[in-house]
Amino acid sequence: MKQPFKKILFGFAFSPSLGANLAEAVRLSQFFEAELHLVHVGEKTSAKEQELERLLQEQKIVQSPNIHVFWKEGKPVNTLLDTIRENQIDLLLIGALKRENVLRYYSGSIARKITRKAKCSVLLISNPSIDRKACEHIVVNGLENPKTEQTIATAFSVSQALGCNKITLVEEISPSEVNPVEDDESLRRATLKKEQINRRENSRIKTLVQKLETNLIQNIQWTTQSIFGSRGYSIGHYARVVRADLLIMNAEDNSSYFRRIIPRDLEHILAELPTDVLIVNPNTYA
Amino acid sequence: MPKSQNNLFLVELPKNIFSGFVVSLIALPLGLGLAIASDAPPIAGIIAAIVGGAMCALLGGSQLTITGPGNGLVIVVLAAIVALGEGNSYQGYLYALAAIIVSGILLFLFGLLRLGALSEFFPATALQGMLAAIGLGILAKQFHVMLGYAGVKGSTVDLLLSIPESIQQWIGLWGSEALLAGAIGVGSLAFLFLYARIRNPWFHLVPAPMWVVVVTVGASYYAEFIAKSPLQIPPELLIQLPADLLGELPRPNFGKWNQSAFWGAVVSITLVASIEALLSIRAVDKLDPKKRRSNINKDLRALGLSTIVSGFLGGLNVVTVIARSSVNVNNGGTNRSANFFHAFFLVLFILLLSPQIQRIPMPALAAILVYTGYKLATPENLLRIYRIGKEQAFIFLLTLLGTLFTNLITGILLGIVGTFLVHLILNRDFALFSRNWLKPNVLMFQEEDSGNYYVSVKNFCSFLNFFKLKAKLDEIPTNAQVVLDFSLCDFVDHTVMEGIHNYQDAFERQGGHFEVIGLDVHEAPTNHPFAVRKALPIGNVLPFSDRLTRRQSQLQKFADTLEWEYNSAVIENPIGLDSYYMFNSRTINYQFNTLESPDGKSKLFDLSFSEGAFIAKEDIRATFLRIKTPMTIPAFTLQREDLLSSVLQPISDLEHINFDAYPDFSKNFVLRGASRSALESFFDPQMVLFFESHPIYYVESDGKSILIKGKRRLSSLEEIKRMWGFAEELERLLEN
Repeated sequence: MKQPFKKILFGFAFSPSLGANLAEAVRLSQFFEAELHLVHVGEKTSAKEQELERLLQEQKIVQSPNIHVFWKEGKPVNTLLDTIRENQIDLLLIGALKRENVLRYYSGSIARKITRKAKCSVLLISNPSIDRKACEHIVVNGLENPKTEQTIATAFSVSQALGCNKITLVEEISPSEVNPVEDDESLRRATLKKEQINRRENSRIKTLVQKLETNLIQNIQWTTQSIFGSRGYSIGHYARVVRADLLIMNAEDNSSYFRRIIPRDLEHILAELPTDVLIVNPNTYA
Repeated sequence: MPKSQNNLFLVELPKNIFSGFVVSLIALPLGLGLAIASDAPPIAGIIAAIVGGAMCALLGGSQLTITGPGNGLVIVVLAAIVALGEGNSYQGYLYALAAIIVSGILLFLFGLLRLGALSEFFPATALQGMLAAIGLGILAKQFHVMLGYAGVKGSTVDLLLSIPESIQQWIGLWGSEALLAGAIGVGSLAFLFLYARIRNPWFHLVPAPMWVVVVTVGASYYAEFIAKSPLQIPPELLIQLPADLLGELPRPNFGKWNQSAFWGAVVSITLVASIEALLSIRAVDKLDPKKRRSNINKDLRALGLSTIVSGFLGGLNVVTVIARSSVNVNNGGTNRSANFFHAFFLVLFILLLSPQIQRIPMPALAAILVYTGYKLATPENLLRIYRIGKEQAFIFLLTLLGTLFTNLITGILLGIVGTFLVHLILNRDFALFSRNWLKPNVLMFQEEDSGNYYVSVKNFCSFLNFFKLKAKLDEIPTNAQVVLDFSLCDFVDHTVMEGIHNYQDAFERQGGHFEVIGLDVHEAPTNHPFAVRKALPIGNVLPFSDRLTRRQSQLQKFADTLEWEYNSAVIENPIGLDSYYMFNSRTINYQFNTLESPDGKSKLFDLSFSEGAFIAKEDIRATFLRIKTPMTIPAFTLQREDLLSSVLQPISDLEHINFDAYPDFSKNFVLRGASRSALESFFDPQMVLFFESHPIYYVESDGKSILIKGKRRLSSLEEIKRMWGFAEELERLLEN
């Protein structure tokens, strides 16, 4: 089966969670049968080299031809972006720190910057662990957007690669589509309208899934779910409520100046990071 | 309007005319009294009621509400008249009319912009504190008038402190004729407090305030024409109505529009008007036997427009008023026409009974207002709030004292800030609020497989962002199954807990189900259901075991002999009672002293419920017995036939059924049911004989179970045993 990603890049920093992050990166590259590029932006010292070596040894990760380590100097964001372009990376991994931490905020903001500029998919790992936690439930956005078709396709192939057999495709229904509820009559109208939207959205998404190759869909139970809430916030909230292991989202559209002032969907999710988040952005170098 | 609705409207018209009439009986004294208490001409209150009743009946968005001058507004209008008039109360009244008109425009705009949710930004306890302060304000001023001293002036605190002085002065008049005015006031007050104790249902057909008016006016006539010695009431203590009602319309004076005092008055009048209206509309919705949901924004627009018109005609603000609305519900009002007829009868009263109205002594009206003020500021409120939590009592007192010593706006702001500080101290986490305040925190979806609604709230949920949760909950049809999950929420405050409780009620009433989960990981300061919750391991909250009363230990023994379960605890949200007609227009407060058979088929319990609301409210505690029937039986209500039960027919789709075959039975009982044929076969000769040969209880069937009600008070053990015997025999009869 065709794997969704061929080249994975993990930009690492020396933090207490590096070991766990490395374990996740190596594991993913194995699942996806992909090359893994480990990139550190910063001075290369022998102490750092030994530390990395020790961590890789500790997790019984033997040197494999598929794992490459690079040491680069420069501004972190730009250097990573350059490396991604040069090496035609199609998945960037970012390990996130815990929420309450100021650092995490920082890494969140780096992640946001990168996701906006990178021309590849980005996976944010919210809670890296040394031992594998099985991925059992994937939540995917079903926004009405040209990118959604690709996102859903990627979601199914990621799901196959990770051995996950449950996917929920979520449509967010914005409150502006439904009339405000004021009394029994408007409530009745709103309920009818919602059912109508719900049917429309479900059939739109079902068509998208049915377009996929059958071997992508096999063994996967997939369902649709409409949710009501503010866009971007609620799908993250939903992922948390159903304890999803991975949330897969479209990359953002190129934003105009106006959209930039208003916080956008992805920003909310990246700020709260309800679970691991994969932002699908097919690379456009080739 | 479709034809069937048109028909229904005509069929129900007599009921609404009657109900409108009864409401006008209470609206007349209240309208006069509230205007006098505001230092406005007495007619101003009646104008507000007439304009409000007529206009809101045509334009309003709710069915059973009565509109007119509000209690809460007395204090703000009075403050406006005093501040703007600078000593001249008639000038002040003209300035205040301008402020009232502007506040009407604001209310209309609130409705237009769908800001009906505005009152939801206020913490519940702070609102209670504000209302209590308003109550004290009314009480403080009117107490002096009630004793016959109309001229006492000063701040609320001064007025409260000088009450003992006035009492002393009045007692000092002992033996002289000047004592009379005060005696009328004190007598009226005593009557108002005792009214609920008088159990004669005929007597209760006329609302208490109208009794006060009728008796005092009657006494005045008696003294003048029969005893030939007119009552010695000084003229300043009698009501003055303008001689020519239409000729001398006051002209609102907008001359102070550029002064801050004017806008202060506008803001406080608008604030209180919108809060009083919204609280009342919500409360009346709970009493609607037809379970309709009011359109709050439409109501606000109607109230705004009525207030503008009322202001131009010299009337006070028009708001939705709870006591009069509940009287409307209790007397069988079914739609907005009752509001219209209340206005219509007020017009008649003013046109035809003007001389009689001018005989009403002010102390009697003041007594009505003292009673109203007392009901708003009753110490029970503080006690109730203290039981929810010490911090709530603090917020309540802070707002109350803040309002008393400064003004209403400062008071409520203090309450809001105080509530927020209390939340900060409880959580010791500013970031929880600062980071998440503006973020959407509510997720709602309908589960695709089950059709249930699932609502999850995260971060925190308090008065600051409750409107977001409400917006989502309002979108759910009330007959649906809802799960509200707080497990991702670190803090839930009292305002939210109380609001949720109202939703639970609403869903239960309409056949839905509303379940709250995820709160068991939260810690609460008391075990009151409305206490604040924060996510923390539960501390040493020991369930306190009260000692059983004598009756309770008797019940315990009785339960033991029957081998039933006895539970003395108070159950706040008893389930399964909403299917009975009895509770269509009555609010259930709580259930206690529950005895249940091991198979769960029979249940005996005490229930506290209320009829009416606010000053027209009566709390009743009665004992009920409920048995599950072995098979499905037709739904019916059965009670003793007397004139009252046929006059005061509650609204329902049930038909009064008389059996030709059993004339005696039909003479002694009122049977109502939906299906005559089903009831004819159910009431076979054996069943009829059973009811005829036993003590008469109120019996109601909802199809699956039978509810038997004892007296309008808690039954004694002997009575309970008799009820139990009655039920046993009935059950045996049903099994055959």
